[in-house]
Amino acid sequence: MIFFQNLVNALQLGSFYALIALGYSMVYGVLMLFNFAHGDVFMVGAYIGFLVSTGLLTLANLGAVALPTWLILALTIILAMFLTSFVGMLVERVGYRPLRGAPRASAAISGLMIGIFLETFVLWLGGPKRRSFPALIESTTYELGGVIVTNKKIVIVLVSMLLMLALHLFVRRTKWGMAMRAMAYDYVVVPLMGVPLNTIAALTFGLGSALAAAAGVFFGIAYPVLDPYMGIRYGWKAFVAAILGGRGSVLGAALAGFMLGFIEIFVAWIFPSTWRDLIAYSIILLILTLRPHGFFGEPYSAQLRL
Amino acid sequence: MLLSVENLRVSYGEIKALHGISFQIDKGEIVCVIGANGAGKSTTLQAISRLIPVEPGSRMTYEGKSLLDYSADKVVSQLGISHVPEGRRLFGNLTVMENLRLATFARKDGADIERDVGRVFSIFPRLEERKTQKAGTLSGGEQQMLAVGRAFMSGRELMLLDEPSMGLAPLLMLSVFDALKEINDQEGTTILLVEQNARMALKFAQRGYVLESGSLVLEGDSEELLANPEVKKAYLGG
Ligand SMILES: Nc1ncnc2c1ncn2[C@@H]1O[C@H](COP(=O)(O)OP(=O)(O)OP(=O)(O)O)[C@@H](O)[C@H]1O
Ligand SMILES: [Mg+2]
Repeated sequence: MIFFQNLVNALQLGSFYALIALGYSMVYGVLMLFNFAHGDVFMVGAYIGFLVSTGLLTLANLGAVALPTWLILALTIILAMFLTSFVGMLVERVGYRPLRGAPRASAAISGLMIGIFLETFVLWLGGPKRRSFPALIESTTYELGGVIVTNKKIVIVLVSMLLMLALHLFVRRTKWGMAMRAMAYDYVVVPLMGVPLNTIAALTFGLGSALAAAAGVFFGIAYPVLDPYMGIRYGWKAFVAAILGGRGSVLGAALAGFMLGFIEIFVAWIFPSTWRDLIAYSIILLILTLRPHGFFGEPYSAQLRL
Repeated sequence: MLLSVENLRVSYGEIKALHGISFQIDKGEIVCVIGANGAGKSTTLQAISRLIPVEPGSRMTYEGKSLLDYSADKVVSQLGISHVPEGRRLFGNLTVMENLRLATFARKDGADIERDVGRVFSIFPRLEERKTQKAGTLSGGEQQMLAVGRAFMSGRELMLLDEPSMGLAPLLMLSVFDALKEINDQEGTTILLVEQNARMALKFAQRGYVLESGSLVLEGDSEELLANPEVKKAYLGG
């Protein structure tokens, strides 16, 4: 029973990692770039979700509009994703596009600085106080054969999986997804197909940031406290999941995100919880040693210039 | 006059690759540029496609419009100038069909796209047989066919071809050139070809230019160039 209890918790934690990891992985795949600001975009997404939901709840309580809670939840997820995608596109425009021809290290530094900027910006606007995320789901607990499952967890895991499936279909089935995969292979000649590189780059950042925002909202619902440095704690771990999943692979990043959740939760179940990260990340390191390219990974052309 | 290039200069840092070359192409023509390794052939095509920046003072006009006002993707999507790059550069992780479809990314003429896919498959039946295969697993000849087909899908006003004969057996080479002739005949596509294989190129094209270390040193009808002693000595093996 404890096993299944842990499994449920691992699925929820894995959902956060997987959703965030997808953003790292797509940007790495399409633009050959580590977006080190992505963890902080997740944090900003959580705060935007906090603002949107608080605003909507205030409106509803004033009686200005009749908003059932489920609708507030849905609107919060959608609006947070939508607005955060613009934050991501702005990060690309300001932080990475001007450096496209520059050495990779410059882009990495630029990302780190944008991350610090986002953290201090939120700190400046919202103060150092932790914020509690409003309860958008009235908690109900189910007991299934001794395993305790809350409706929150079910919603979080299901919606996360739906979003990942949607992304997978987008990348596989649409012409924009096709352009993203082409860029992952050989971006130099993509313009010869009549495809505007900048549009695809912005789209990639936008999609990744939207998923990170969904993770942020779910995080707020699950734990309900936000602080400006949450992005660093979760971002780095999700980055590990992205690498483990393989460059640019949607399926890989999702699987690796869930796997990370499982390893962390089950390690903490067996060993003292202070050992958790030490043991969990030793396991990851071992896996990476055995599979240095991760699970899957988009192939790429060896010719990266004309 | 369809394309006019005047005083085109390109540098890679300190290295000057093109020293102000000028040439013109009329609509419907097949023109080739021949030259040795490093002469600047690929650089010329990449400059027209706007893949690389040109030095100030360079002029390139297409149907009276300055190419310098267009970004690389707009050259394709708005002017219909396609480019088969050196080494084919297919998207090996996409299928044959996806490679063709991607080339129509900016096109809005749905019905014509279907017609063009049909055209490509009628010119290269091999591609239709392999349409769900990943481009990276095609043979060299099939890859070259796909590279030409893909360029045709992206724009067929003017096609720029960078050494389409490279790595092909003579028979396959002939069939690719036959296909290009057919496209030129039936679609009115203008073709600018650069080649190291001068004999092949001059047999295929109506006119030619000789590029040497970044400068055009000779031009003329293909027969003239084929008969020219200097060309014979330097490019046709005596
Ligand atoms: N990216 C680059 N950086 C520096 N120099 C370059 C670059 N690309 C080309 N060059 C130089 O510019 C000159 C012209 O190169 P280009 O590729 O146009 O030659 P080419 O005629 O196409 O040769 P080939 O027949 O070998 O393909 C060469 O001296 C080459 O070394
Ligand atoms: Mg060349």
